[in-house]
Amino acid sequence: MTRTARFFRIGLPLTLYGIFLLLPFYWMLVTTFKERQELLVSPNPFLIYHWTLEHVVGLLTQTRYLHWFGNTLLIALGATLLSVSVSYITAYAIIRLRFPGSKPFGTAIFLCYIVPPAILFIPLGEVLVKLGWFDKLWALIPIYATFLVPFCTWLLIGFLKSIPRELEEAGRVDGASNLLVMRKIILPISVPGLITAAIFSFTLSWNEYLYALVYMSSPDNKTVSVGMTSELISGDVFQWGQLMAGALIGVLPAIVVYFFFVEYYVAGMAGSLKD
Amino acid sequence: MTRWLDSPPVLGILLSIPAIVILGGLLAYPLLLGVWLSLTNTTLGSAGQFVGLSNYLAIAQDPTYRGAVFYSLFYTFFAEVGKLALGLTLALIVNQRFRGYRTARALMLLPYVAPTVLSALAWLWLFDPQFSAISWLLTKMGLIHEYINFIGAPWPARISLIVVNIWRGLPYFAIGYLAGLQAIPHELHEAAQIDGASGWEAFRRITWPLLLPITTILVSFSSIFTLTDFQLIWTITRGGPTDATQVFTTLAYQKAITGGQLGEGAAIAISPVVLMVIFAWFVMRSVREERSVE
Repeated sequence: MTRTARFFRIGLPLTLYGIFLLLPFYWMLVTTFKERQELLVSPNPFLIYHWTLEHVVGLLTQTRYLHWFGNTLLIALGATLLSVSVSYITAYAIIRLRFPGSKPFGTAIFLCYIVPPAILFIPLGEVLVKLGWFDKLWALIPIYATFLVPFCTWLLIGFLKSIPRELEEAGRVDGASNLLVMRKIILPISVPGLITAAIFSFTLSWNEYLYALVYMSSPDNKTVSVGMTSELISGDVFQWGQLMAGALIGVLPAIVVYFFFVEYYVAGMAGSLKD
Repeated sequence: MTRWLDSPPVLGILLSIPAIVILGGLLAYPLLLGVWLSLTNTTLGSAGQFVGLSNYLAIAQDPTYRGAVFYSLFYTFFAEVGKLALGLTLALIVNQRFRGYRTARALMLLPYVAPTVLSALAWLWLFDPQFSAISWLLTKMGLIHEYINFIGAPWPARISLIVVNIWRGLPYFAIGYLAGLQAIPHELHEAAQIDGASGWEAFRRITWPLLLPITTILVSFSSIFTLTDFQLIWTITRGGPTDATQVFTTLAYQKAITGGQLGEGAAIAISPVVLMVIFAWFVMRSVREERSVE
């Protein structure tokens, strides 16, 4: 390919995609560090002429943002731990133990995966009220497990299938129980699959909005997304500097986790589509 | 006793109990409860009575609900077309070898990874009627003469939301298609080249047919979640202006949570299920075919 042909086939389209896909992130970054006056009047809004930390400081000292951040982190970690453990033993049971009904059970789990929260949030709220879980922060952990367990089990089923059966048969011959084989032989080899499941669980929990919005009512029990949209946006005056600072800081954990494990993430996405 | 516990059927069922409890109690039961709620006149604070299909009949008469059905379908259709076209194009670009192709592949997933509400807030600010940076740029380029009212008028708002949905979802299509492209054996393209096929012909006769199964999976999956989208629309327009961008989920939220009409809200939330079952059937079928091929 000539240089011009390469430019039109790769360089140019990639630049256009880059502008479109990264624009909101760039906009968060620029707004966060720009002086208040400059947000409204500026010779070029894409540049920063006067840097400031006032929005970040204001966000962290005048609002409950740090508290919401802690809530989100706690819920995301808790939901990840619960979901990955439950999914691992479920996937193991379905693929390796093959009890009566394990096939329809696997299909049922897959069907749970495609039930969107949008059709569940009203009746699930009723259930939470009856259980006394309404407006309890920790309740989000088992609630998030309802969409994480189907996804992770599905992912881990695909992963466990690729582990040769001979490995556990060898263990069985040596007299190890099924439980011991699951813990000592299969678990260590499953680590890459478990990492993939954990990253997805963490980012999906960090992203969740509808359940947290409906079920958490006191300001101290909110997550970052809910707190920002319900407490920081009030009336017609938007504090764009603080809002974008909050968005930027809130986006970071998901992005950091993603970049650390990008290979696992991509493999997981491709895998969840295929099997 | 331990022997009995260790037998595969017993241990298998024991290990499945946590998942059954979570999914049974917090997913399957609420799902059935939702169907029941939609057949009652329950409101926030008062248990309702069975009223048959009257909630469904009431919403069918309601112009706001009809508007929401229209926009849900409009939104889903055009967002899916956009994600498919732009996602496939992006996959074809990053499937080539060039300097920095790994970085490009990693960066392109950012919209999908970042929390939707937070990036939607950035879009909301980019759509500001007075201070929009997009309008500023287009004015400087001489393409427009006055700032665009992105979300203040019905049609611009409807289109703007579709653009944001495409923005968020196209990486998912791109990564799916990239995996699909990499599974196509090189020999096929080499053979086509030897036979003198043009790039477009090779794409239409070899690449595209081989990408059809993954297309079905991607579109059906994505349609289920686009049809019931909430976060993006709620953050940017809240269903406005004057209900122009109301969809199933935002309307159900307003009826049930803001208005306290749980029965009617449940009926609105459940009404798209018929369409979702069709999409789900497509997913199940293509996943099975894929399995039997392997």
